[in-house]
Amino acid sequence: MNLQSNDFELFELSPAFALDRALLDERWKVLQREVHPDRHAAADAQTQRQAMQWSVRINEAYQRLKDPLKRAAYLCELNGAPVQAENNTAMPAAFLMQQMQWREDLEEARSAEQLERMADEVAAARKTMLGDLQRTADVQRDYAALAGQVRALMFVERFARDVEGRLDQLGQ
Amino acid sequence: MALLQISEPGQSLDPHQRRVAVGIDLGTTHSLVAAVRHGQAECLPAIDGRVILPSVVRYLDPAQGGAGRQIGFEALTAQIADPANTISSVKRLMGRTRAQVVDVEALSYRVVDDNGMAVVETVAGRKTPMEVSAEILATLRFRAEDSFDDELFGAVITVPAYFDDAQRQATKDAAQLAGINVLRLINEPTAAAIAYGLDNGSEGVYAIYDLGGGTFDISILRLTRGVFEVMATGGDSALGGDDYDQALAAWVLQQAGVAADSLSPVERAVLHAQARRCKEALSAVDPLTGHVTFHAELEDRSLNQTVTPAQFDACTAHLTARTMTAVRKVLRDAGVGKDEVQGVVMVGGSTRMPVIRRTVGEFFGQEPLTNLNPDEVVALGAAIQANALAGNSREGDLLLLDVIPLSLGIETMGGLVERIVPRNSTIPTARAQDFTTYQDGQTALALHVVQGERDLVADCRSLARFTLRGIPPMAAGAARIRVTFTVDADGLLSVNAKEQVSGVESRIDVKPAYGLSDEQIATMLQDSFSTAQQDMAARALVEARVDADRMIAATRSALAADGDLLSESERQEVEALMAALSAVAAGGSAADIEAATQTLAKGTEAFAAQRMNRGIQQALAGRKLEEV
Repeated sequence: MNLQSNDFELFELSPAFALDRALLDERWKVLQREVHPDRHAAADAQTQRQAMQWSVRINEAYQRLKDPLKRAAYLCELNGAPVQAENNTAMPAAFLMQQMQWREDLEEARSAEQLERMADEVAAARKTMLGDLQRTADVQRDYAALAGQVRALMFVERFARDVEGRLDQLGQ
Repeated sequence: MALLQISEPGQSLDPHQRRVAVGIDLGTTHSLVAAVRHGQAECLPAIDGRVILPSVVRYLDPAQGGAGRQIGFEALTAQIADPANTISSVKRLMGRTRAQVVDVEALSYRVVDDNGMAVVETVAGRKTPMEVSAEILATLRFRAEDSFDDELFGAVITVPAYFDDAQRQATKDAAQLAGINVLRLINEPTAAAIAYGLDNGSEGVYAIYDLGGGTFDISILRLTRGVFEVMATGGDSALGGDDYDQALAAWVLQQAGVAADSLSPVERAVLHAQARRCKEALSAVDPLTGHVTFHAELEDRSLNQTVTPAQFDACTAHLTARTMTAVRKVLRDAGVGKDEVQGVVMVGGSTRMPVIRRTVGEFFGQEPLTNLNPDEVVALGAAIQANALAGNSREGDLLLLDVIPLSLGIETMGGLVERIVPRNSTIPTARAQDFTTYQDGQTALALHVVQGERDLVADCRSLARFTLRGIPPMAAGAARIRVTFTVDADGLLSVNAKEQVSGVESRIDVKPAYGLSDEQIATMLQDSFSTAQQDMAARALVEARVDADRMIAATRSALAADGDLLSESERQEVEALMAALSAVAAGGSAADIEAATQTLAKGTEAFAAQRMNRGIQQALAGRKLEEV
């Protein structure tokens, strides 16, 4: 294991979408306990720099693995089917229609109740999509198809953030 | 074992020698220093026995001769007589421009802009907030050194969780001016959790509600097996007990029909002091039947007003509500419901107000924790962390996984912010984003680094600007410029930009435009009264020797632990470098010692990398055995 190992190798986890979150958290803390700069605050400059690099690397891997969307995108990349969200925006027509509908609803929503309802609907859609993602990744192992699903989920997550942003505005 | 022969007789080179490490709570209204003694964290008292040092500095007229300035209680006493030269709440100015200082007009001294930095105009000239803070820090440093009769190894200094990069940098600069080696800046609420967590040994999700003199912080932390993880932080860097005093004073003036802007600075100071006294007295009276008389002598009239707890709660309700809005937001950020919070820790003298305890208790449906002194708890936690960082405590006791409080990003087309490091990311961290050129043949790219949560650059805090030059001319959109943000364990940022095709690179350590350059710090150090007695050259030599000793001790313990990673010849090489450094340290100049330290550092670089790899492999291997 070294700084170039991939995220799964670093945490000694098998490269799959399904993931034991408790185990991931546990290993993150074990690794940080070893490398965090605070553990080496009284050491020499070389060790401190090493500690900083490792600590950064482990946090990077952790935040990528713990987020289902980033984890899926990373699996695509490892398996030669990068997501390339900025160059590839082709989506099924039905999906785009639904996105437009959601956007319109968000524009028109005025009350916190309406927004909460939308947030619930988006959360439910996201859950269904994550289930599909897991089948594509771990059962079918079709990474090109997985990349398409990841792109779709990115739209949904962005929308979920916008709904949350509106809720924040109302709360203030 | 040849190494032991080169140590001077009577001089201990034991790497486990105890180092004097303290925690400093640099507060808006008062500051404290604490240390672990006999296994217990305690605040260090001044000669007069008091642990609290009012964060107040008074500058005297140099024309009158005299000592130059007064610090702490002495300055506080003089505040009413000489408000214009007596600086309190200087923390509100740290790392700010004048325009960013909330209610700057209400301060009793004059704040002006100097190179985009808020500074105070005094009878002894302009004083930067860092200089003023350094006077307070130096006083605490001397107190610690007197207590232990030894040089200070280093300090952990606490800052509000909501402090941005500029404010943290300003705090570090102040410490440097005071001659303090900063082991780490940590967030105040985190320090409080350390104090409570270790004393009580409790696990779970905790909310830390910290209402100090001038700042409000709310943090959600998770404590598991000695690991403190900050899940989210929020708050308001310009809301505190001072605002409660101001609100009460404003209410009393309103009742008396006096216009606030007709008051002189002296009258304002009198009113403020009375408001504080009245507020503190109200905390002790019966909430239903009690009352306190607010009495103040102004220049042409005297004010007498009866205040009941209910009236106080009503005229400050908007302030309490503001804290609760921040509490709800941070719970959302952490993804935690209020029923999941196992305990609420109260920090800061302002949490003595019954209205705060009641409001927080009702919101979380439980009595908040108040068994440690809310004024001391932050300093105590910082002392425990300082002790651990200095290597004095047993290994494996404590680890702090902190987060960055505000998002970092860069300006893109149209004045929009592209967020690169989202707030609440665990630090240290590095994040990269690719950008491209937007014009054919473009050879330079200007980068503007900002901090904040808003989408428009104009609404965020500008941290730094720098330019990547020498990009080979290409068609628009062909260049790939990777911008990497690195945030260290103190929460301080450096930015690197690299064009991927040509390899052209540029980097900047983010020193805010109004921060201090190294030369400025050097000049100030020479000017500074607190350090003027010390000969600068002697100081440099002492520091070089301390560094050399530290390096040798660290290398020796590394060899003892993992020497088997080296071949015999590699080991001899390292030992030769150590011997050379020891010899130079005994009689060489500061520059020679620094050079020899560097040589040893370079010579052990590969060894350090091997050790770290081994540590990681062992960590996971050990964990897996436990799981089986």
